[in-house]
Amino acid sequence: MYTFSSKLKTFSLILMVIGAIGIGVGFWSAPKTVEEVETILLEESHGHHDQVASHDAHAAHDAHADAAHQEHVNHVFHQLQNKPWAAFYVACIFFMLLSVGVLAFYAIQQVALAGWSPILFRVMEGITAYLLPGSVIFLLVLVLSGVHMNHLFTWMDPEVVANDHLIQGKSGYLNVAFFLIRAVLFLGVWNLYRFFSRKNSIAQDNADGVTFYKKNFKMAASFLVFFIVSESLMSWDWIMSLDPHWYSTLFAWYVFASFFVSGITAIAMVTIYLKSKGYLEQVNTSHIHDLAKFMFGISIFWTYLWFSQFMLIWYSDIPEEVTYFVTRIEHYKLPFFGMLVMNFVFPLLILVNTDFKRLSWIVVMAGIVILAGHYVDFYNMVMPATVGDQWFIGLPEISAILFFLGLFIFVVFTALTKAPLVAKGNPLMEESKHFHY
Amino acid sequence: MSSHYEAPIRKPLVVGNKSYHDVTVDVAKPVEGRANKQWWIVFSIAFAAFLYGLGCMIYTVSTGIGTWGLNKTIGWAWDITNFVWWVGIGHAGTLISAVLLLFRQKWRMAINRSAEAMTIFSVMQAGLFPIIHMGRPWLGYWVLPIPNQFGSLWVNFNSPLLWDVFAISTYLSVSLVFWWTGLLPDFAMLRDRAVTPFTKRVYSTLSFGWSGRAKDWQRFEEVSLVLAGLATPLVLSVHTIVSFDFATSVIPGWHTTILPPYFVAGAIFSGFAMVQTLLIIMRKVSQLEDYITLQHIELMNLIIMITGSIVGTAYITELFIAWYSGVEYEQYAFLNRATGPYWWAYLCMMSFNVVSPQVMWFKKIRTSIAASFVISIIVNIGMWFERFVIIVSSLHRDYLPSSWTMFQPTFVDAGIYIGTIGFFFVLFLLYSRSFPVIAQAEVKTILKSSGDNYKRERELNDHNHSDNH
Repeated sequence: MYTFSSKLKTFSLILMVIGAIGIGVGFWSAPKTVEEVETILLEESHGHHDQVASHDAHAAHDAHADAAHQEHVNHVFHQLQNKPWAAFYVACIFFMLLSVGVLAFYAIQQVALAGWSPILFRVMEGITAYLLPGSVIFLLVLVLSGVHMNHLFTWMDPEVVANDHLIQGKSGYLNVAFFLIRAVLFLGVWNLYRFFSRKNSIAQDNADGVTFYKKNFKMAASFLVFFIVSESLMSWDWIMSLDPHWYSTLFAWYVFASFFVSGITAIAMVTIYLKSKGYLEQVNTSHIHDLAKFMFGISIFWTYLWFSQFMLIWYSDIPEEVTYFVTRIEHYKLPFFGMLVMNFVFPLLILVNTDFKRLSWIVVMAGIVILAGHYVDFYNMVMPATVGDQWFIGLPEISAILFFLGLFIFVVFTALTKAPLVAKGNPLMEESKHFHY
Repeated sequence: MSSHYEAPIRKPLVVGNKSYHDVTVDVAKPVEGRANKQWWIVFSIAFAAFLYGLGCMIYTVSTGIGTWGLNKTIGWAWDITNFVWWVGIGHAGTLISAVLLLFRQKWRMAINRSAEAMTIFSVMQAGLFPIIHMGRPWLGYWVLPIPNQFGSLWVNFNSPLLWDVFAISTYLSVSLVFWWTGLLPDFAMLRDRAVTPFTKRVYSTLSFGWSGRAKDWQRFEEVSLVLAGLATPLVLSVHTIVSFDFATSVIPGWHTTILPPYFVAGAIFSGFAMVQTLLIIMRKVSQLEDYITLQHIELMNLIIMITGSIVGTAYITELFIAWYSGVEYEQYAFLNRATGPYWWAYLCMMSFNVVSPQVMWFKKIRTSIAASFVISIIVNIGMWFERFVIIVSSLHRDYLPSSWTMFQPTFVDAGIYIGTIGFFFVLFLLYSRSFPVIAQAEVKTILKSSGDNYKRERELNDHNHSDNH
């Protein structure tokens, strides 16, 4: 049995407290009135101001210029108000989907009758324990958005919809009630699968036959079918609809690759941590090697999907699609191209080597870069739509990451103490213990 | 490479109490024996189809593309449909050898050789279409960036059609090398068993002097792994580039970002269906049922089911996003597919590709050889329709209603397609009589872990429950 070291527990609690304070400060310091934004804009650099001035000069008459200026201030006001919300949202969805990625990996390993991974099943079950608290908080954010506590989803604003015939055309799908029903359904089924597979897995430990194992096999197959559909819909709902004018058919699979590789990376890092503390004695470098191969392979797969989506839109240059990348390349140059280095170039160069894939510190280092890179990926998906060019990775963003990281560590390592780290009833466990590559 | 322990729940992959020698004899038998009458009949039919197709190709090239059913609106139809169809089929071979190797799927060993042969032969068919669909095929070499006397007139690297040239030619060459490397130990086996000086000479040449030393095997394994690692992204990229032919355009119904992974999934889907069709026949006529077992067929069915579901998800995604986009051209493109003049093609595509593989959820059906055979053929027809629907239904009605038209294939269109099917079978039939159709060297590596006799023995000795291995 694993015991949660008090050091790690304290560490996670400190992260949560610091994160919570930072999040609170972020919300508190966001501008509350349009006048505040006026002063912020006035304080900003002159270059920006000159542009506004010249723009005003070209205007036909003062009233029009005033209206344009007022609109601009309003726009910035919304963006700045969104900032702490969006910072919270990115970290929240990132950690929540990361545990969903682990859940999908777990289900795939089960239906594929993988012989190498059963020794890691308890680690995966520990990580997916985060799904429940993670999805509760996430659902709460969606509900708060639905009751207009923020402007994350512009299509939820009846005023915006009234003036936008494109969004009106989508309101059969994009309406708050249906949106929340879908969210409850997806999160509910994922959590149910997680709950019952864990229950069966523990029941199998002391069972005579393999009935629970077989139950889990069937459940994993059904879950994967539900997952492929719900994953598509959830990525349209929770991420793509932030830009309600933009659409891409590849988007859902792209999002999947992003959180899937993050999930696998998390498995590798938690495994390496537990191993270093003397638990998981039967996990050897071959297991780490396999995980690192998946990190390597799925990183490339993510890049493949990124490139396919980007290149096709860049190549055809159709105005209604291309704005998505235009705004990102104009305002998010560093995060946009930086994530390619973190998510593709770095893992490609470091994890291609067989010997390196067996070295814990290399895998951990690559893992940190991959996780950070995919956080930036989610950041790039969410921020341009919610805060536009007002982005900055500052207090609200870092605090939100720290808070959810602390919560994640706390929940995951608490769950790991609840059951033996070797799921001994699994008929493939012996293979996994002797796995050598 | 793998552990010595195997879980008792894994079913045997080689049945019939085989020894190493039995494997050799069984694999060599079709090569060492004589062709029977059926083989000659089938070969003659395939050859006749090939000759007919060849005639159609010569007629096209010498008379003009106008002999086809293309028109000013629909410049691509059967030619590119068949091209994508054949390339798609060619993907399962590399997938089975490379991807299944990376995932350490031992069951691939009985089927990889034939799947790779299928790859090579179908890519050769595919390769015909980019040439014969040219208006001036004799200038085809202009697509290559070679220094020339036109002031070094160069190609434009922005066209996916040029990427196709590189993709397909690289794919064919890498697949060929991968296949041939794997064949070396098996050709050596045939060489060592040869009784006539002629066959001795042939297989000596083909086996490149393979002597099976430890160092050779070590490098052989390494090369296979590296090639598998390279071939996997190659498979993805080749069909991706084929999909770029459509997806980079601005045609409603073509320009959609999901095409790259969706074409790849469709390629695996149709390729596995073709492997299934061929192997169900081959295991019977070449008496290889002990190696290509029902479990192999079931596993292939499962892959067909999974990729069929992925393709189905992509279809639904396209439909949903077409509605969601609010772009009326896009919406009309899909409305036209479902209810326009080609509704029947769309219906075939949907029902054959999305609905039919779902029956594989029933164990009774996926373990029935007859059902598997029928469904594998249905899938291949469905996947032909998928390409036809994407290409023709998007072209025949797009932006300007004044350019709307219909497509009617001619006998030349059909003749060339039949000809490539004939050519494919000519090659495949020749292959199955002269090549070791099962990678015997590989099968021998799993015989002791996955042979039914060894599994029984382990169970008797209760080895499975000991921790000492």
